[in-house]
Amino acid sequence: MSVATHEATPAATKPPARKSKPEIRPGLSRWLPYALVAPAVLMELVIHIIPMLVGIWMSFVKLTKFFIANWSAAPSAGINNYKVALDFDNAVGEGLLKSFGVTLIFSLVTVALSWVLGMAAAVALQPTFRGRSLVRTLFLVPYALPAYAGILTWNFMLQRDTGAVNHVLTQLGADDKPFWLIGSNALFSLITVATWKLWTFAFLTLMAGLQSIPRDQYEAAAVDGAGNLRQWRNITLPALRPVNLVLVLVLFLWTFSDFNTPYVLFGTAQPPAGDLITFHIYNASFLTWNFGSGAAMSVLLLIFLMIVTGIYLFVTGRKTRRA
Amino acid sequence: MLETKGFKAYRAVVLVVLGLFVTIPLYVMVTSSLKPLKDVQGAFTWWPSNLTIAPFIDMWKTVPLARYFVNSTIVSVVATLLSVALAILAAFAVSRFKFRGRTVFTTTVLSTQMFPGVLFLLPLFLIFVNINNQFGLQLVGTRLGLIITYLTFSLPFSIWMLAGYFDSIPRELDEAALVDGCGPMGALWRVVLPAARPGVIAVAIYSFMTAWGEVLFASVMTTEANRTLSVGLRQYSTQTNIYWNQIMAAALVVSIPVVIGFLLAQRHFVAGVTAGAVK
Amino acid sequence: MRLRSLVAAVAATALGVGLAACGGGDSGSDGGSGGDQTLTYWASNQGTSLDNDKQVLIPVLEQFTKDTGIKVNLEVIGWNDLQTRIQTAITSGQAPDVVNIGNTWAASLQATGAFLPFDNDAMTAIGGKDKFVPTALATGGKAGEDVTSVPLYGLAYGLYYNKAMFAAAGLQPPKTWEEMVTAAQKLTNPAKNQWGMALAAGSYTENVHFAFINGAQNKSEWFDAEGKPTFTSDGNVQGVLRYLDLMQKDKVANPSNAQYDNGTKSVNDFATKKVAMVINQNNADSSIVANGMKAGEYGVVPFPSPAGGEPVASHVAGINLSVFKNTKHKDSTLKFVKYMTDAQTQTTLGKPFASLPVLKDAKPVFTTDAAEAAIFQDIYNTKSKPLPLVPAEDQFESTVGKAMNSMFAKIATGGTVSADEVKAALKTAEDQVAAGS
Repeated sequence: MSVATHEATPAATKPPARKSKPEIRPGLSRWLPYALVAPAVLMELVIHIIPMLVGIWMSFVKLTKFFIANWSAAPSAGINNYKVALDFDNAVGEGLLKSFGVTLIFSLVTVALSWVLGMAAAVALQPTFRGRSLVRTLFLVPYALPAYAGILTWNFMLQRDTGAVNHVLTQLGADDKPFWLIGSNALFSLITVATWKLWTFAFLTLMAGLQSIPRDQYEAAAVDGAGNLRQWRNITLPALRPVNLVLVLVLFLWTFSDFNTPYVLFGTAQPPAGDLITFHIYNASFLTWNFGSGAAMSVLLLIFLMIVTGIYLFVTGRKTRRA
Repeated sequence: MLETKGFKAYRAVVLVVLGLFVTIPLYVMVTSSLKPLKDVQGAFTWWPSNLTIAPFIDMWKTVPLARYFVNSTIVSVVATLLSVALAILAAFAVSRFKFRGRTVFTTTVLSTQMFPGVLFLLPLFLIFVNINNQFGLQLVGTRLGLIITYLTFSLPFSIWMLAGYFDSIPRELDEAALVDGCGPMGALWRVVLPAARPGVIAVAIYSFMTAWGEVLFASVMTTEANRTLSVGLRQYSTQTNIYWNQIMAAALVVSIPVVIGFLLAQRHFVAGVTAGAVK
Repeated sequence: MRLRSLVAAVAATALGVGLAACGGGDSGSDGGSGGDQTLTYWASNQGTSLDNDKQVLIPVLEQFTKDTGIKVNLEVIGWNDLQTRIQTAITSGQAPDVVNIGNTWAASLQATGAFLPFDNDAMTAIGGKDKFVPTALATGGKAGEDVTSVPLYGLAYGLYYNKAMFAAAGLQPPKTWEEMVTAAQKLTNPAKNQWGMALAAGSYTENVHFAFINGAQNKSEWFDAEGKPTFTSDGNVQGVLRYLDLMQKDKVANPSNAQYDNGTKSVNDFATKKVAMVINQNNADSSIVANGMKAGEYGVVPFPSPAGGEPVASHVAGINLSVFKNTKHKDSTLKFVKYMTDAQTQTTLGKPFASLPVLKDAKPVFTTDAAEAAIFQDIYNTKSKPLPLVPAEDQFESTVGKAMNSMFAKIATGGTVSADEVKAALKTAEDQVAAGS
């Protein structure tokens, strides 16, 4: 047992006694952990927590262009910003709802695709073969690429007249060149681009997970006559359960608040079918100069993500041991 | 896993399909960067009929790319160093000590990952401005502001991953160090850290990539003086032209350091993720 | 150790900032009035690249420094970023002294109260309001209030046409909308990828200009006297539909245009002779030439209105110059504004930036083609109408412009847009504007 666990609980009494002298032993583990986490806490506080609280305050204020130069003069909006955002008969609320729907589809499909592709590749690369590490390296490139570099390339490929995608389609015999960055195909493009980057993260994580499964389990199963599919279902899948739980949650949170992909892919001309929610909020704030309303939408988004995460963690029964 | 015929066929299909999916954009990026402007404005061709390296030369002039490069490098490197240092300390506390507020700490830190960036973008900007007004510390439009912002972006995930990694290191090892007369910090420095090297490297790579690729905050917090590549690349579409070949060339050049770094260290990254995620 | 002091500063601020964030901002315009006079100037992207802008401006600014001893710290900002940068500057009070703005934003920016009104004294200091073309100065802010911006570069839309193509088809440059459509149809041959016109149909800022101009040609207003939106009036709906019909009914524009998210792409099509006509502001000249067309190969006429319509050919486009109210160097700033808007500087910058003079008696220098120059100057001086000078103008731009993007996208992908649908889309835009103010 470590020193830490020995003297573990005394901290139960009080926050760190800053004045107590650093006598090496008994007092040490009392204040040391706090000292260790303090810098991280401080930075999180300044960069995340306090700004978030300010953001919540903003959501209750009428912070339009008439007041952004002088915040203190901004009148309270009560819950009006929320009312407008949630009034789905009204143009603003309707827009938010639509954007939410688009984001939900985008997120679910992207997560599902990324997981399936990642799993397919991880399993395919499970046994060693010549060139395996080369393939693995290649597969990791999209993840390593800076997001905007990859998205810009896709933007170029998805151009209607000069893009590679339509070039391929024409060569395959399509008579019409579809649009990819406007109209309803935009959602499809978003999913493709996001998946292109994200599946490799799923691949990487799942591959790491696979490495920790003892080989003899498979050998034993093979002796029992289990085929590959059954081995996958009976050994691989259960063993990867903890990885999967985290992975799916992380992918969902990332995709649901993805800003880079629509921002770089569409620029200012984002089509309704590609109007992901963080981008929608960004535009609501910066294009129409209504920061109070934008903040209210952000808070709603945050609440939604927290609820989803809470339910997810509860349902999957994962004790929040650390997370 | 049995290497049956069926499995081999499956593997072949997966490798070809995913191989193409991954490679085609990379191929397009490379070849388009070698085409003259006229060719990227016309119909797409797989092979550049007029090979030219002019885009790689012109791109430094169209946009002050070199300066953005320097900015991105400084910002990302410093943010990474600080982020890793902070993450190591915090993860060590989480992994090796039981203290009141530990759960609150880990939960809160991790949940900041959930915050949509747009929610705190403007408030953070304001806070920076206030720091400037009260302490004279210029954070908007400087690299320092970006550094302290970015270092927190990767912090939660880094702490979580490192704590998982530290957990996988037997505590008997640090006990031995303690018996040898090291304090806990000595144990961290001499025992835990060396054993956790892959995890630390993984976290460093992750932090670096996060900083190098960030777009949203960079678009608001940078001015000409501290503009980073993620924003700078957009300037190839100007009032008069969209220099697609130069965009591709620049995208390629800014990707190379990260990609090479990542690929060189990928083993550690995989190991780090394994320990962090699987534990 | 720098880190530690940084952390200490951060910590201290973290405690105090919650309240300070609400009150901060424009209180600190006191100090700094020392001997060292350096102005910060944000310029917009007018040339072929940000670097080009710098090359053009730096000698001009150096001359100013030489004349007055005032240094100018220049930053050129791309249009993608300019609006956001101005917003954050307003929000934080950390602003440059002088900034270029798209003149259509003038009334919206004025409403923030962050800009210096050019009252009588200030106006006199920059050379008096009589030196400006009246319509140009009118874009400076809300009618009846002191303007918060003054014109710097004038721009106007014109209909560019390819002379050779027109001659080959035996066509005269169009004088009415109907003639324009007929000519465009004659010059369209989709099989050969030849189109009558190119439209920046995926650019919401371009689209909204044409919504406005076509509405104005129908004698229709977008805002009433109280500043309330009147987007759904018949004239506006029909005007928008007329413009959409160039792609939908008349089929003279390549559906691909729905993806053209800035004017650059349509101008390139014209310059590379893929299309016979393009409607663009006069600064297209430099791009046209840069992309391979020679100066004599194209002609310009006013963007025509339908027979019986109001002869509005453009909005009063261009770039204005604004001064942030909390500048610490008000006098120097005004000197700078005066310098930028004096005849000499206007002539120097008129050519590289292809702008029209905003001064009464000045001659356009952006082109050597006297006929073209005269036509643009005439459009600018007599056939242009300012965009609505109301605080909600920015919302008008984004909501109506984006609605048009979507309608063009629908047409391009094979759908149809009826007058009722235009009206419904404009109604949504109107509701959004109403909800935002």
